[in-house]
Amino acid sequence: MGEAIYWPSFFFLLFAAVACAFAVAVLLATNIVRMAFYLVVSLSATAGLFFLAGAEFVGAMQLMIYVGGTMVLLIFGVMLTSQERFVEMKTWSGDWVFAFLIGAMLLMILIPAAFSVPQWSGLDRAEVASVSEVNMATPLGMGLLGVRVDQLDRPHQPDVAAQPDGAESQKEPARQVPIQPGYLLLFEIVSVHLLVVLVGAAYLARARRAN
Amino acid sequence: MALYLSNFMWSWLAYTIAALVHVVLILSLVAGGALLFIWLERKISGRIQDRLGPTRVGGKFGWLQTLADGLKLLTKEDLMPEGADRMLFRLAPYISFAASLAAYIAIPFAGGAYLLGAAPWVAQHVNVGVFFVLAVLGLEVFGTILAGYSSASKWSLFGAMREAAQVVSYEVPLGMCVVVPVLIAGSMDLSLIGDRQAGLFTNWLIFHDPFTFIAFWVYLTCATASVNRAPFDLAEAESELVAGFHTEYSGLRWSFFFMAEYGSMLSVSLLAVILFLGAWHGPLPIATWLGLTAEHGAIAMNLGKLLGLINLLLKAVVGVSVMIWVRWTLPRLRIDQVITTCLKYCTPIAAGMLLGATLWQYQFPSRSFFGLTEVPQAVYHLREGPQQAVQNSGSSPESREGTDVPEDEIATVNHPARRGGQVSASDTIPQESIARLR
Repeated sequence: MGEAIYWPSFFFLLFAAVACAFAVAVLLATNIVRMAFYLVVSLSATAGLFFLAGAEFVGAMQLMIYVGGTMVLLIFGVMLTSQERFVEMKTWSGDWVFAFLIGAMLLMILIPAAFSVPQWSGLDRAEVASVSEVNMATPLGMGLLGVRVDQLDRPHQPDVAAQPDGAESQKEPARQVPIQPGYLLLFEIVSVHLLVVLVGAAYLARARRAN
Repeated sequence: MALYLSNFMWSWLAYTIAALVHVVLILSLVAGGALLFIWLERKISGRIQDRLGPTRVGGKFGWLQTLADGLKLLTKEDLMPEGADRMLFRLAPYISFAASLAAYIAIPFAGGAYLLGAAPWVAQHVNVGVFFVLAVLGLEVFGTILAGYSSASKWSLFGAMREAAQVVSYEVPLGMCVVVPVLIAGSMDLSLIGDRQAGLFTNWLIFHDPFTFIAFWVYLTCATASVNRAPFDLAEAESELVAGFHTEYSGLRWSFFFMAEYGSMLSVSLLAVILFLGAWHGPLPIATWLGLTAEHGAIAMNLGKLLGLINLLLKAVVGVSVMIWVRWTLPRLRIDQVITTCLKYCTPIAAGMLLGATLWQYQFPSRSFFGLTEVPQAVYHLREGPQQAVQNSGSSPESREGTDVPEDEIATVNHPARRGGQVSASDTIPQESIARLR
């Protein structure tokens, strides 16, 4: 049936508006716990945008890492360390001007950049409707190993669809995929680095025993 | 369901109705569950302490006691301390409850798209269901922390700070234990993990190998810590902190915290049942023996799913009862003991179990029940695939094709590198790139 409102756009705008409004609220609030709370709402709305786009893995990641982990740590840190002068934060007017200038400059670069890349302009509605809904995290994992599942039908192996006869042909297409270096090793190195940083921070911040 | 309804009405109305049906079902499960569990808690604690518990309200066994309590709470005065942060104080209980409720969105209650060939009974089929549920359950602590902060009371603040310390310690081993079944099933999709355990109880992932068996108990420990139950109820600790983070709450707001607590107790039990204890499959495949499968028509299939639903809920209720039993048996730990338990003991054990399960799965990819039995062929070949497209279409006939999808259709597009759950990299990844990784 015909529709007056295009609902995906409606929800996109809704989540986007919530994210932006609470991001502004973070700036305007003076109480540090409220700031943290507004940041949580803003980040959750961003997670909502990811879910809306069908990127469930990224959305859950956003909830887990940003909303869950970071914010708990932030509140934890704030509660343990906050002195009187940090609980109510007043921003100087000079800071406002500086921040506004820098923010405006960043925005001036980002907006033209976002609109100038043709691949980012998105699909029109007919194309969106024709996209089959397979939300899987498997391609992400395979991508880490260097196998681009989304590029299987690239010219390198035009006969993937042509020989659909069961078990032995399953393995064949993958062997013909252009080999790219995986990201797994880099990813692991980065995460081990982060772990080392965490352990180091805990070591530096530990309570020293009185001798 | 929404797609089916939109044949008859405006699609926005169809989607709203479909969403409302899901929300009402979930809400009634959580609220009804809380009603039952609070009564159960009173009866069990009474028996453990050699008392009778409630006996009068509602005739036998005091089964209406919770309802009477609820009415009493409704009539209580809604107090707020003078120095409180009014907005956060008001919001905190709802944040807790909303997070606890939102986890149910992705929990499947019966049947899977993979084995029965029809849509699982789930509000929203999320491909990374396990991850989603964990992420949302982690948000519940926000309510606790905000309540503790905004109450302007030292007891509440102490409770909130303990909660924050506790969160940091239990999240790590909890996540690691959850990864073990995910690894064996080869998917983060809860309905696939559930269907991977079809058949006899020997296929349950808890009995898959010695490592999963231990991982289950570590999960149970961390899950108890995550829902703030004794011996990990440091955030409330009645004997030290009055009532901890909810000291200043009364009436309906206070009861929202309790609804949230019992709601998340049920959801971590549901998660435990789906991940380790056979999900909607009973110890014996009775539904299959009775012919309640997709081949015998839609009615038989839905009856089979109903049986699965009962199975799942029964097992989850047993899980909640175990938590109640533990609460009234063990003394409360100190906060440093909680952190020691979770970080110094549970985390290394969980990491060891993860490593062990990986090696076991590598060595015996198609064995179950501690390697004694063979995984059935039907289960062995389960995988994510295009069947997912039939989600939420209810019992319509075309949704039953799932199991019959020919191998080649699945294989061409997605070809997950999984044979019966084992992520065997050598199958689809060029040998050279593996060599390079090494």
